Amino acid sequence: MYMLKNVLGNLSGKPATRLYPLEEREPFPAYRGRIHNNVEECIFCSSCARLCPAGAITVDAKAGRWNYDPFLCVYCAACVEKCPTKCLKQECTHRTASVVKFQVTKTGTPRVKKSKGESAAKPETVQKAE
Amino acid sequence: MNRSTVIPFGPQHPVLPEPLHIKFVVEDETVVQAVPQLGFVHRGLESLVRTKDFNQMVFVVERICGICSCIHANCYCNAIEDMLGVTAPPRAQFLRVIWSELHRIHSHLLWLGLFADAFGFESVFHQFWRIREHVMDICEATAGNRVILSINVVGGVRRDLNLDQINWMLGELDKIENGMRELTRTMLDDYTVQERTRGIGVLSKDDARLLGAVGPTLRGSGWECDERMHGYAAYKELNFVPVVEHDGDCYARCKVRFNETLHAIELVREALNRLPESELTVKLPGNPDGESVFRVEQPRGELFYYVRANGSKMLERMRVRTPTFANIPPLLAMLPGCKLPDVPVIVLSIDPCISCTER
Repeated sequence: MYMLKNVLGNLSGKPATRLYPLEEREPFPAYRGRIHNNVEECIFCSSCARLCPAGAITVDAKAGRWNYDPFLCVYCAACVEKCPTKCLKQECTHRTASVVKFQVTKTGTPRVKKSKGESAAKPETVQKAE
Repeated sequence: MNRSTVIPFGPQHPVLPEPLHIKFVVEDETVVQAVPQLGFVHRGLESLVRTKDFNQMVFVVERICGICSCIHANCYCNAIEDMLGVTAPPRAQFLRVIWSELHRIHSHLLWLGLFADAFGFESVFHQFWRIREHVMDICEATAGNRVILSINVVGGVRRDLNLDQINWMLGELDKIENGMRELTRTMLDDYTVQERTRGIGVLSKDDARLLGAVGPTLRGSGWECDERMHGYAAYKELNFVPVVEHDGDCYARCKVRFNETLHAIELVREALNRLPESELTVKLPGNPDGESVFRVEQPRGELFYYVRANGSKMLERMRVRTPTFANIPPLLAMLPGCKLPDVPVIVLSIDPCISCTER
């Protein structure tokens, strides 16, 4: 009997749930979502790789390669906070499910002081399926 | 003639959120003996201290428990800070209390729902979980994630609250409190609820102390014992009063948790209104060296951390004693003599968190 008020309210009110996936709630602005590296600004200092508690990031400074495994990542944002050039960003989007595992490899200019030939590779993004 | 039968309960059981296995020796419908068996979700998280440095371990200890992750990190950070001889700034202390209490609110709301489900009151279960969504929204909007908040670091906290967020949180807290107040009579005064919980699983005051019960199980048996009374973080500056009941049955434990949820809302409100201005972190003087212990109050009871370090980045040893581990002996004392249909209610009344216990 004590619940009558709730029962009547529930009958006349809107449902508390959404018709997901037809209707999605946008994450809050502070949400720790997908990690994105703007590799043009990256100096390959490896501080993200050293801090990562899950070991999801590996950096090859000589080759200018930044490798990230989104399936190992725990989205703690330790790398994003300590990035000296602020090239690592966390997007405010939901991490969607995936049917294949992949790694994100980004190649940029290696941190070599004015090497001869200026043969810096153009920034490119490769998504390798394993 | 008494013929005893052994009935296995769990690890897969509709009432259990986590894998706990208990063998019940029953005579007709009465339980005469309960033999627990643990170890289904051991993950070896304690030994990770040797491979992760002490700052990375904060994120590991958070994953010990999926419900009170923030409080685990809070305890670990306090233990390391004690060893380093630093104190987190006042604002960080208040923010730690705010997020800890938010976790307590959502953990208790989750438990109240599951407990209602255990005695078959499905609609209350959904009502409580609907209220809980407001807390999860607060956590996501302020810390960036629903459960694993990752806001504690050694030496302070990582995120701050601005004025808009504080005002919005106060509005959401009002919604949670109104929702709880609407359900007060349904949960605490209803005839059917009382029939299923009053006088069931009684733990006497002496037994509770002798068997080492902690948290709401201990306070439901009449002991005024709560780690927050010792005033870690900012609790010493807040108006904290432990919630105590004297009957020692499932109803008393339910009432303790219900009233604690309301008190936690009050504490968050008070902390938000009195948030001092200061830095969020302090600089660490180096690597930890020595030994340290720290105790905090989790939603389920007292959480204990022992940490040993040798001056390097990696710790040497970490030991965690979780509240469910302490509450299993009292549970085994409550069960003999009860009827088999009351078993789910009694097991759930200690709020078992098996992933915590086995790590």
